[in-house]
Amino acid sequence: MPAKAVLSGVHFMNGDEAIAEGALAAGCRFFAAYPITPQSEIAERLAARLPRIGGTFVQMEDELAAMAAVVGASWGGEKAMTATSGPGFSLMMENLGLAVMTETPCVLANVQRAGPSTGLPTAVGQGDMMQARWGSHGHYELIALCPYSPQEAFDLTVRAFALAERFRTPVLIMTDEVVGHMYEKVEIPEEVSEASRRRPQGPPDEFLPFKPDEDLVPPMACTGDGYRIHVTGLTHDERGYPDMSADAQDRLVRRLCDKVRLYPDEYTLWEEHSLEDAEVAIISYGISARVALRAVELARRKGHKVGLLRLVTAWPFPDELVRRVADNVKGLVTVELNLGQISREVERAVRGKVPQVGVYHPGGRIHRPEEVLAGIEEVI
Amino acid sequence: MPVKEQRQAPPPEITQGRHPMEKYLRMDRIPHIWCAGCGLGTTLASFLYAVDDMGLDPDSLAVISGIGCTGRVAGYVRMDSYHTTHGRPIAFATGLKLAKPYTKAVVFSGDGDLFAIGGNHFIHAARRNLDMNVICVNNLNYGMTGGQVGPTTPLGGRCTTSPYGNFEHPFNLVYVAASAGAAYVARWTSLDVRRLQKAIQEMLSRKGFSFLEVIAPCPTNYGRRNKLGSGLDELRHYADHAVIKHGADLSETDIIPGQDFLVGKFVDSEKPTFWEMYQDKVAELEKRSSR
Repeated sequence: MPAKAVLSGVHFMNGDEAIAEGALAAGCRFFAAYPITPQSEIAERLAARLPRIGGTFVQMEDELAAMAAVVGASWGGEKAMTATSGPGFSLMMENLGLAVMTETPCVLANVQRAGPSTGLPTAVGQGDMMQARWGSHGHYELIALCPYSPQEAFDLTVRAFALAERFRTPVLIMTDEVVGHMYEKVEIPEEVSEASRRRPQGPPDEFLPFKPDEDLVPPMACTGDGYRIHVTGLTHDERGYPDMSADAQDRLVRRLCDKVRLYPDEYTLWEEHSLEDAEVAIISYGISARVALRAVELARRKGHKVGLLRLVTAWPFPDELVRRVADNVKGLVTVELNLGQISREVERAVRGKVPQVGVYHPGGRIHRPEEVLAGIEEVI
Repeated sequence: MPVKEQRQAPPPEITQGRHPMEKYLRMDRIPHIWCAGCGLGTTLASFLYAVDDMGLDPDSLAVISGIGCTGRVAGYVRMDSYHTTHGRPIAFATGLKLAKPYTKAVVFSGDGDLFAIGGNHFIHAARRNLDMNVICVNNLNYGMTGGQVGPTTPLGGRCTTSPYGNFEHPFNLVYVAASAGAAYVARWTSLDVRRLQKAIQEMLSRKGFSFLEVIAPCPTNYGRRNKLGSGLDELRHYADHAVIKHGADLSETDIIPGQDFLVGKFVDSEKPTFWEMYQDKVAELEKRSSR
């Protein structure tokens, strides 16, 4: 394994490896995880790469520990990531919540497989989309990105680190087994800008570690910076001290949500295909969007005016975008490898103004383009 | 950092309302939430005296706690301090320590946090010989949540969830720690403040995974339900039954109600830490690639 962080050049690699390389290019120097399929290639590549470039790889005893270690490493000043799948994602929910509450920048890649429970450990699924949104207890916001190719897995991982630092929040890469194991060309640019962390400027005596700047995000003082701060998962005030009042809860939770919700332009990513004259729009993400693209072709050949809205950012959900697309079509088809998760968000955003058909499969295989075509023909 | 041989200056004078170690405390968070008669105050003070005596820069330390009464330690020390999730302070500290290898990581937590919900992390951190110092204040039950039975509750111990007396075999924490590979293992009661301070100074000056068990009274819950009297009575009860035996055979260190139990320094060894072994591997890779 080469001893340089950014592997500039053209590569043939799978989505998992591209995530690992994206992390290194973004400046990630700490990775903790627990073995699980189908994320293995992320951990294996980083186990080989990190010791060569001054980083730390540690295989923890479980996913609870992996996520906790990532939060600890981020406070220690490193850019940190973990990766998991299926049951491991469930275990990470606890300390994902800690990361949200303590405003800890970090990245979690979930290479989705089919559940519930052990389910189909080696086969594709997209059944964790709602868990990504609501899986930890309490009300919160975070950012989730869905790559549909190894190239995008690389690009979005770089982006994820930048967003994690910008918003001081965990960012999820919600990919899936097929993208994770799909080998394609990945171009890594000559230079990748590393995510930068906003650090406090003033003297320690005057520093309030959870007093936000104007954009609602506080600068972050890390271990040993001299600020001697207290960080707690309890509801806290601007000093970081526990405050058990409903008012403190109201102030903190609203700010944690608003600091993300108020800046959709900075993280809402999407792609539109053939929507200009479309009468039917498919809404999909990740691997399902690739199948949907083929279905658009098949439908066009049959004379149906169909386009695709590919969601790259799943959370926070792009309500405005979906409404705008829905306003210009007569029907929507949502395609995903679960029995209707993101489609609920589509319904909520569109408020019944346009009929919607869901093309669902609970995972184990990707959709066949013909199944999506059938959904299109149902809504026409 | 070597431990000073002898304290030269006389102990700081204690005046009403001021704590001699308050420079290390978040005085704006005092009074603390701990009950009168609890062993946590003296244990925390022992730690602060140790830091003071060693002349450690507070910025070179990080205090990491889990959830529970002991979990609140992190909230009172004026250092970089992290109050994490239940059972996970060691896992959190693993990340922090590896990101910041020259920071001294001190994990302060309770018996339930470190050995029930967090037991697996404890075992594996000891196995890896991570360079961290774990102080477990063992009050034999879950104090914060109202006195439930825990993994260290002695046989017969009455708790809110063992109303007819505990019938589960308890963990012997020092035995667990030594078996899992801890480089330093000691047990004292919270009465032994000088010995606690000395033990903590030894832990902070050694490398590798060090573990200190502090047997502490919980007069509000465990002491009251088991008719051990006030906090002071309960402490006296433990102190009366504590027998010092350094280097004892750990299979003989069980805590059995009504019987004497062993305290002392049981393990004090040296072996390469996770970080040192990782660095060795890095050096080996560099050597190989420069050939």
